[in-house]
Amino acid sequence: MAWDLIANVVISGVLTGLVYGLMALGLSVIFGVVRVVNFAHGEMMTIAMYAAVVLFAALKLDPFLAIVPVAAAFFAFGYAMQAGLINPFITRPEHSQFMLLVAVALIMVNGLLLAFGPDARNVQTEYQLESFALGPLLFDKGRVYAAAAALAAAAGLFAFFRFSLTGKAIRACADNYLGAKVVGLDVKHLYALTFGLGSVCVAVAGCAMAILLEVTPQLGPAYTLLAFVIVIVGGLGSMGGALVGGVLIGVSEAMAGLFIAPSAKSMFSFGLLILVLLFRPQGLLGRKQ
Amino acid sequence: MTQRINRRQFNQALAAAGALSALSPFGIVRAQASKLKVGVLLPRSGVQALIGQSCQKGADLAPAVLKQVLGVDIELMSADTESNADVARTRAERLIQEGAHALVGAFDSGHSAAIAQVAEQRGVPFIINIAAAPQITEQGYKFVFRNFPTAPDLVRNGLALMGEIFRTTNTVPRSAVFMYVNDTFGQAMAKGIGFTLPKLDFLPFKVVDTIPYDPAARDLTVEVSKAKASNADFLMLVCRLNDAIVLRREMVKQRWNPMGIISPGSPGLYEEQYTKALGKYADYAICNTVWYNPKSKMTGIVEREFKKLFPKDQLYFHGTNAGYTYDAIMIAADAFRRAKTTDAKTLADAIRKTDIPVANRMSLGGPIRFNPKGQVEGNLSAAIQNLKGRPSVTLPVEFQEAKVVFPSPDYKRA
Repeated sequence: MAWDLIANVVISGVLTGLVYGLMALGLSVIFGVVRVVNFAHGEMMTIAMYAAVVLFAALKLDPFLAIVPVAAAFFAFGYAMQAGLINPFITRPEHSQFMLLVAVALIMVNGLLLAFGPDARNVQTEYQLESFALGPLLFDKGRVYAAAAALAAAAGLFAFFRFSLTGKAIRACADNYLGAKVVGLDVKHLYALTFGLGSVCVAVAGCAMAILLEVTPQLGPAYTLLAFVIVIVGGLGSMGGALVGGVLIGVSEAMAGLFIAPSAKSMFSFGLLILVLLFRPQGLLGRKQ
Repeated sequence: MTQRINRRQFNQALAAAGALSALSPFGIVRAQASKLKVGVLLPRSGVQALIGQSCQKGADLAPAVLKQVLGVDIELMSADTESNADVARTRAERLIQEGAHALVGAFDSGHSAAIAQVAEQRGVPFIINIAAAPQITEQGYKFVFRNFPTAPDLVRNGLALMGEIFRTTNTVPRSAVFMYVNDTFGQAMAKGIGFTLPKLDFLPFKVVDTIPYDPAARDLTVEVSKAKASNADFLMLVCRLNDAIVLRREMVKQRWNPMGIISPGSPGLYEEQYTKALGKYADYAICNTVWYNPKSKMTGIVEREFKKLFPKDQLYFHGTNAGYTYDAIMIAADAFRRAKTTDAKTLADAIRKTDIPVANRMSLGGPIRFNPKGQVEGNLSAAIQNLKGRPSVTLPVEFQEAKVVFPSPDYKRA
């Protein structure tokens, strides 16, 4: 098999995987701090994709520019959702949290169906069908921009958690809930802030994905599942793990499509998931509990 | 003054009411209805929504046209199969419960097969508008009819036209990569091509790679990379609509410009949405497929009604979908006119004896006559090529609207 074919498929897998990684990063951040698994994650990304499509249709706003208003709206939405809906469930049994977020996911899917109908929608930009060439290697422009947006958002998030006081306070909450309360941190506010930041990741990923895919309301559950596969492979709660997991899943799916059969793509990522669960249950970059 | 009823009159009334209620379950009273209720099952939402909606246009115009040409009253009962075989089955059940005298649909082979089982169990005639899987009319069903070529017929016609394209354009492509959508229809077509192609020695090319893909695929990067790497002269494609758009976009992104895309008989490439979504990149794709007869009398009548109902649409984007759907409803209406009853068995017998001349059908082919299996033979294909944003008949010559262009102008030898 020609090396350029393999290289092109790997490039495509890496670029797509970075966007997957950003989406999963939101899930990982929320779980790492709030300890709540967001079962409406893919559905939230679908809403972000619709927001990008609507802004493009109404204002001709490029989805990459739409990231700013959509991310701001998602931050507010995420904050309000955590503060108003999820915080009361923090101390309740996990099955209650699970049911709550599954219900939220169902409402989102059906709300989108009511609002937009079942048909696929997309944006059409000039660069969508273009690619950069480097000898025989081709870099799909849409994917390159999407991956760049994903890397920028992830870097911003890493920097926020590493260098800002609020980020450090959030990490303190994640490390020791009781200790954080004892030193006087407003844990519920910080949880809401974290959910807002996780939602921003979803918003950026959704806007970037709007360039790559057509959106339908039914897209959500598949991406929730994909986000779970990625964070479990990368390590639930590990920010770096989410990105690594995304790239790994993106590349392995692409390679499985190339070497085995295109229809075996998903099968391969689930196979990888089972292997990780068997031999490294905490995920590739996760910490042992 | 009150009129009293005597014992004899009461007994007579009771006997009449008894006879009436006894006959009703057998449909004898219902059979005298003056209107034929046709349940139309189409995928108007989901992955096949755009084609389903295109078919629906043919159904929507049918009552007015059939009233005009056959003097028959049709009541449509439309149901959305949501591009899902299980939903198709339950919707068919419901339409029958709600009193449909005949069913028409369902565009997709898998959905049509599911509806065929229901129709056969419930004894209600089912006329398939579009579905090519051959097994549907190989089951010995008594209530299932199809005025659409089977996959082997489609393939045979499509490949024969391919040879004609190469002859007309003096081209000799030596290799093809075959990509097909991995669903019931795609598999039936792939099987047909695998069986027929080796026997056609007039075709100059060999298939160098075969790549099936998921019908709901949202990303075909790997598949197109593989196809491009095969260095084939042209792409032979069996597709649906959404996947055809995704695939063509990926070809552009990967700068793969083969001699052309030729489908041996599938939807997708000639649909309005394909052109809308792809603009200039939709041009030069060729589909050798069933089409409507632009020269038939019936097409003229249907086109007038089409323009009235859908002034913003062009018939040439909906010709096959709307034409075959209209023809299926016309077959039901024609049988009802002859049978003068909605009784299912009589209606099915009348459908079996259908003999509609070429001029009275919209789709391209010979007279509509069902063989003992319930299949119409002699439906024809045409080479349809997108040129300047519209699908045009390029072959056979007798129906030609434009000359075929092959290879496409952006062809770059690998």
